[in-house]
Amino acid sequence: MTDILQIQSLNKSFGGIKATDDLNLSVQTGELHAIIGPNGAGKTTLISQLSGGQKPDTGKILFKGRNIAGQPAHKRASLGITRSFQITSLIMEMTVLDNIALAVQAGDGHSFRFLRPARSISHLRDRALELLKRVDLAEKADHQTVALSHGEHRRMELAIALASEADLMLLDEPMAGLGTHESHQMVELLRGIKGRHTILLIEHDMDAVFALADRISVLVYGHIIATGTPAEIRDNEAVQHAYLGEE
Amino acid sequence: MTRRTVLTIVVMVLVGLLPPLLYWSGNAFYLDLATRLVILAIAATSLNLILGYGGMVSFGHAAFVGIGAYAVGIPAHHWLYGGMDAIATTSGYVQIALAVGVAGFFALLTGLVCLRTTGVYFIMITMAFAQMAYYLILSIEEYGGDDGLVIDTRSEFAWISLDDPIQLFFLAYVSLVIAMLMVRMIVNSRFGMVVQGAKGNPERMATLGFNVYVFRLVAYVISGAMAGYAGALLGNFTTFISPEMMDWSRSGELMFMVILGGASTSVGPVIGAVVFIVLEEFLSHFTVYWHLPFGLMLMAVVLFARGGFVGMLTKRKGR
Repeated sequence: MTDILQIQSLNKSFGGIKATDDLNLSVQTGELHAIIGPNGAGKTTLISQLSGGQKPDTGKILFKGRNIAGQPAHKRASLGITRSFQITSLIMEMTVLDNIALAVQAGDGHSFRFLRPARSISHLRDRALELLKRVDLAEKADHQTVALSHGEHRRMELAIALASEADLMLLDEPMAGLGTHESHQMVELLRGIKGRHTILLIEHDMDAVFALADRISVLVYGHIIATGTPAEIRDNEAVQHAYLGEE
Repeated sequence: MTRRTVLTIVVMVLVGLLPPLLYWSGNAFYLDLATRLVILAIAATSLNLILGYGGMVSFGHAAFVGIGAYAVGIPAHHWLYGGMDAIATTSGYVQIALAVGVAGFFALLTGLVCLRTTGVYFIMITMAFAQMAYYLILSIEEYGGDDGLVIDTRSEFAWISLDDPIQLFFLAYVSLVIAMLMVRMIVNSRFGMVVQGAKGNPERMATLGFNVYVFRLVAYVISGAMAGYAGALLGNFTTFISPEMMDWSRSGELMFMVILGGASTSVGPVIGAVVFIVLEEFLSHFTVYWHLPFGLMLMAVVLFARGGFVGMLTKRKGR
């Protein structure tokens, strides 16, 4: 298998705090790679540097062999990286369907069009509805986004990530704030997509991570201390000491 | 039909019919008032495109209106007094093209800088650019400077004469309807969905792969060009133009109209212009301090009627 993403000696500091400290990581094409680590380990900072929200101080991010460390967010999206947000980031003033349709439109590549009403363009609408069906939200299509529950917002985030048909999906805590039932539903949804997309998953829910991941990397103080299959990680002493032991 | 559609049609029919009827029944004054109202409504509609739908609070929109007016005044001035042969003309087509083109170009130049900022900084920098345009015109003595410039000859067109107040009114009215339809078409298009999305959540839009800056810039240029057109009409209406047209308080009035009437609705800016003109006219009959009740009313609308007058008039019971 080839590596779709290679991160080489990445560094990022905020003032005196090293959020990312000589971080090396590679993600193979098609795998679901999870990153776990205690609070403040720098997981979200890492995702931001990958998606372009923040620029690394030094180091390389090779995506399909090309260094993208200096590219802005919208460029990376067009190269094939998408992310979901830990804190729900949707357009609250729009309907559920409009949100998803915009994500489909982004991939469609025809946005400097001024004449036809966007809502009458059937291939965008149909694809958006199909995505909403995949995350069990089809019946809420015409609701205002702001009126939906947190769990539904999380699923919208997933639908948007799916819409881009990106080669690499960065999912930042898709289970954040979900109840037991909703978490379970999300695990099933992710299991359904797994294998079709390369996914880099950041998640606190250990049951979910160990159920879904092909490989797991453990991040502590901005540094990867171990990478391996779920079984290897479970048996790794350094990991147990640094992280799992605390629970 | 939704309540908003009904409201839009009612307002537009009244604005289109009432002034000519009053004019023909011997009240010429009201047609004058209505023409000014309709022209300001075009400018407010153009502002609504970026302020209401795009979330770009421009505090310098009067500059585009002023540029449009001077694009009529300056060629007409040279046509009469000589000099600057290249632009000396009374042709309405050339003047309108100049108004739209120069205002759009000014929007492009200033937008390139302004749109690097957001929020309060955007408000301040758009205002700063507008004040620069104001002082530039003020400093050119040939065009009257502080005293302003009289337009001796109105723009000339093949089929209509702007010297006839009723023809000028209908040109402005038809222009307003077209401007409203254009803004509606733009905001509902794929381009417009991106601009609206960027108002709600620019970070999300960037992650989706949209270069938000470019989309905003294009919307800003369209809006500036439309305001330039409104300015050309305003110059023809007043036949006297001065830098005062570009003053920041004029920009503020356009903002009042959009917010008071109802931002991000087609008819909101028109209702805002109606309310503004009516209040200005009738309150100033009672007192020279008419800005005081006007200000109080604006505060009441902002505090108690979010969504402006359109929001108030179309609100369903029990909500």
